[in-house]
Amino acid sequence: MLKEYESLIFELSKEGKKAYTLPPLDVEEKPLEDMLPKEMLREKEVDLPEVSEVDVIRHYTLLSQKNYGVDIGFYPLGSCTMKYNPKINEDMASLPGFTELHPYQPEETVQGALKLMYELEKALCEITGMDRFSLHPAAGAHGELTGLMIIKAYHEHRNDKKRKKIIVPDSAHGTNPASAAVAGFDVIEIKSNKEGAIDLEALKAVLNDEVAGLMLTNPSTLGLFEENIVEIARLVHEAGGLLYYDGANLNAIMGISRPGDMGFDVVHLNLHKTFSTPHGGGGPGSGPVGVKKELADFLPVPTVEEKDGRYFLDYDRPLSIGKVRSFYGNFNVMIKAYSYILTMGAEGLKRASELAVLNANYLKEKLKGYYKVAVDKTCMHEFVLAGLAEKSGDVRTLDVAKRLIDYGFHPPTIYFPLIVEEALMIEPTETETKETLDAFAETLIKIAKEAKENPELLKEAPHNTPVRRLDEVLAARNPVIRWTK
Amino acid sequence: MFPYLPISSEDEKEMLKTIGKNSIEELFEVIPKEVRLNRPLNLGKPMSELEVRKRLGSYADENKNLSQLVSFLGAGVYDHYIPSVVKHIISRSEFYTAYTPYQPEISQGTLQAIFEYQTMITNLTGMEVTNASMYDGASACAEAAMMACDATKRKSIIVSKTVNPETRKVLKTYMHFKEVEVVEIEDADGVTDIEKLKEVIGPNTAAVIVQYPNFFGIIENLQEIEKITHEQKAMLITYVHPIPLGILKSPGEIGADIAVGDGQSLGNGLHYGGPYLGFLATTQKLLRRMPGRIVGQTKDVDGKRGFVLTLQAREQHIRREKATSNICSNHSLNALTAAVYLATIGKKGIKEVAYQCLQKAHYAYTVLTESGKYKPAFNKPFFMEFALKTDKDVAEINKKLLEEGILGGYDLQRDYEKYKNVMLLAFTEKRTKEEIDRLKSLLEVM
Amino acid sequence: MKVLEGLYYSKDHEWVKVEGDKVYIGITDYAQHSLGNIVYVELPEVGSELSAGDVLGVVESVKAASDVYTPVDIKVLEVNNSLVEDPSLINNDPYGSWMVIAELKDKSQLDKLMKADEYRKFLEEE
Repeated sequence: MLKEYESLIFELSKEGKKAYTLPPLDVEEKPLEDMLPKEMLREKEVDLPEVSEVDVIRHYTLLSQKNYGVDIGFYPLGSCTMKYNPKINEDMASLPGFTELHPYQPEETVQGALKLMYELEKALCEITGMDRFSLHPAAGAHGELTGLMIIKAYHEHRNDKKRKKIIVPDSAHGTNPASAAVAGFDVIEIKSNKEGAIDLEALKAVLNDEVAGLMLTNPSTLGLFEENIVEIARLVHEAGGLLYYDGANLNAIMGISRPGDMGFDVVHLNLHKTFSTPHGGGGPGSGPVGVKKELADFLPVPTVEEKDGRYFLDYDRPLSIGKVRSFYGNFNVMIKAYSYILTMGAEGLKRASELAVLNANYLKEKLKGYYKVAVDKTCMHEFVLAGLAEKSGDVRTLDVAKRLIDYGFHPPTIYFPLIVEEALMIEPTETETKETLDAFAETLIKIAKEAKENPELLKEAPHNTPVRRLDEVLAARNPVIRWTK
Repeated sequence: MFPYLPISSEDEKEMLKTIGKNSIEELFEVIPKEVRLNRPLNLGKPMSELEVRKRLGSYADENKNLSQLVSFLGAGVYDHYIPSVVKHIISRSEFYTAYTPYQPEISQGTLQAIFEYQTMITNLTGMEVTNASMYDGASACAEAAMMACDATKRKSIIVSKTVNPETRKVLKTYMHFKEVEVVEIEDADGVTDIEKLKEVIGPNTAAVIVQYPNFFGIIENLQEIEKITHEQKAMLITYVHPIPLGILKSPGEIGADIAVGDGQSLGNGLHYGGPYLGFLATTQKLLRRMPGRIVGQTKDVDGKRGFVLTLQAREQHIRREKATSNICSNHSLNALTAAVYLATIGKKGIKEVAYQCLQKAHYAYTVLTESGKYKPAFNKPFFMEFALKTDKDVAEINKKLLEEGILGGYDLQRDYEKYKNVMLLAFTEKRTKEEIDRLKSLLEVM
Repeated sequence: MKVLEGLYYSKDHEWVKVEGDKVYIGITDYAQHSLGNIVYVELPEVGSELSAGDVLGVVESVKAASDVYTPVDIKVLEVNNSLVEDPSLINNDPYGSWMVIAELKDKSQLDKLMKADEYRKFLEEE
């Protein structure tokens, strides 16, 4: 940090300053009142800042320096797959031939864009073992919603209108039950077993002819492969339900095992996790949805099709659920994902998953003994710790996480999954060096010692950040969500 | 070795030894044999950076882009000028390689920028509160409709057919699954038919959705619609185009309950349809019913001002199936883009950009309708877009214009059967008098 | 965890105080403690008629949200708006912070609720 900086852009504002230029108006000017009804004119100017270009650049540059990103350091945020975001991807997505395209341009002027979407769809089908993909959904939760709408439309089309329930394990991401509710389903939550896997008996107990489907992450949110997946798929299918795959954890199994082969009927992927596109401080992501061929007719419109080497958008799909967003998806994100897939190829994607799993198991092994491991088994791409091995006063997982910040690491995901107390969910990804993993493990071990010897260090952490621990209760009790003079 | 996979074979050996395994394959033994893929993925060989650049570069070259064409195409997506600073700021990897700001102490950059974004959006729309952004205008509109149903406990939505067709389609999908009725109202001379609105509105109406300026570029009489809507205790949702708000009365001043729209125009570029930016702003009263993330101001332990994600108990990770929405990731980087754009053009610029669009569109209207060959489709006040009626097929006209390097208007027949041979033309500050005059001369000889 | 004598308790950690035909309903010390700092309270409309098990209101902390259910059939006579203005009152004095005053529809429903010592035992098992 070069200097303390605390201003809001509004606080830099001074009348008369400006940061833009426009050419002078070159057409004959008409009086405003000849063009617009007077009662529809704004009375007060929009209160936006008046600053210079240098102010804008310095302000946002200084703000950026208060952020931690993957380019700065290790970001083992479980379930989020914070892998490196390759720079070639950014360059490809900034080509004017991709950025400067209007979504309503005639198809003959966007053949390259459509081809890219078509090929990306094919690649995602191959990686997951599905038959068709829609690239429309803007994020994982949006993909879930789209996938669940497809499931509902499928049952309705078969005149099986009783199926209004979606089963969700208690270890699932919060978006699963929320998406099911938005898609108009009732949610049945089932308890997981001690290892965070599906409890087959609990599943059997709720399966009946009202169940539309089961949502599952595999590997599970505990980072373990669902070993009974074949049996689970059989049970759900026999009951007439469909199997939904939450692709948040696909990074463990690329080229090794495919959701399609496990029996999943619908999957969503997160291009911003598995396929290396950046998270942008919370989006834009991209959450493509893949389906088996029996469900392909229900995908959102339009799909991208090819005939005689010509690519086109197909709106003529009568069974489609319709549109879930405007246009065709987050195209700019798709370019980055496809650039990644081309770079890695079949061999590279498999190697990425292998190393993601190797790195996670290595870290788990190193931390065992200092921290409780939620389930001490070979994990996949991530694992969950259940707090410090030895309790020390009132030191909690939150304090361990905050202390990591002092040492320059981004903390893991904490207090998730909900079924593990004091959870620390660690996903190192494949793009880290052994040296980084070692340093991270040593730091966590050091923190465990500090917890015993000097717990205040943890309780008061972080110490040298732009701000220290913030009062979330104050923020929620008296919400101030905009600046006022 | 792959450039992003830095574990060497020596590292690998050591690590396996630590774990107590002989090979990486052993780590995957937990996967049942019958679901393992026993062949390589059919994806081709890894490519070098140079090869990727050539391949994707050639795809980009197959497209005709708007740096090569003069565009009069709008219909919800506009070719505005983006100041250079925007790209430079959002290309900072401290911003774009960060995740959602779950650890506020090391995310103040994102959090403060979003707080500023929220301030700008509320000021622009004249609303009291807004969230940290959503996917796009269309899905934000569907979320607003769900919010209105939730708040009024009613299950019917009225939407004017002068609302963007993409938006209406998305709305219908969401509402179908929520089992909410959607009633569309035809337009009369390009604006919402007020008489029809009075006919269909009733005690079951949760909200009335209108667009401002509407899809045809027209400024409707929202005051009257507001009155009719609120008399029935329904909510008024305005789908707004943000740039004209530099000059036009804000949704807040009109009395809207929720203002939604797409922030594509606010520096976000075209990108063949996405990612754009959905914004949703509303009243203090509806704050807790608002979907999505919200950034709030607070203090740290030393009393220093700071920002956090707040009111999270509404959200899916806490409320699960009872959450106000399933949204998790928003479009944070697009919100940052909008904030940088709005900071750059500022108080005067938002007015000037809007004013130039307005003047250029009205100049074009005058010259294009002069000869009588092209007639205005509607006789209503418009902002930066208007519809022209011809006796020719719009697709044919556009084909010829394209040969001349011009991207013609939107063919309204795509969505409105009754508007055959009607094209919707858009004018941003980027279009020059010369380009408009050239469009005129080309159209005249067709 | 404080448990007051003379009140009735539900398994969802609401308390009911009876005064003639009227009841006061709030959440217990245990409930406020497990939620942590309460930041938001939502109350029903005066006049609403609720059956036992219906949602009476909502209490939220920073990291949790919880529906409050009425343990008995009621008609709401009065709501405690001071809780909406200052939710911390519940943390400071859960038994003094009634959420509603209501008309009790069916006295016999009280028999299904726990008395103080039963609730104490119930908490031990939780």
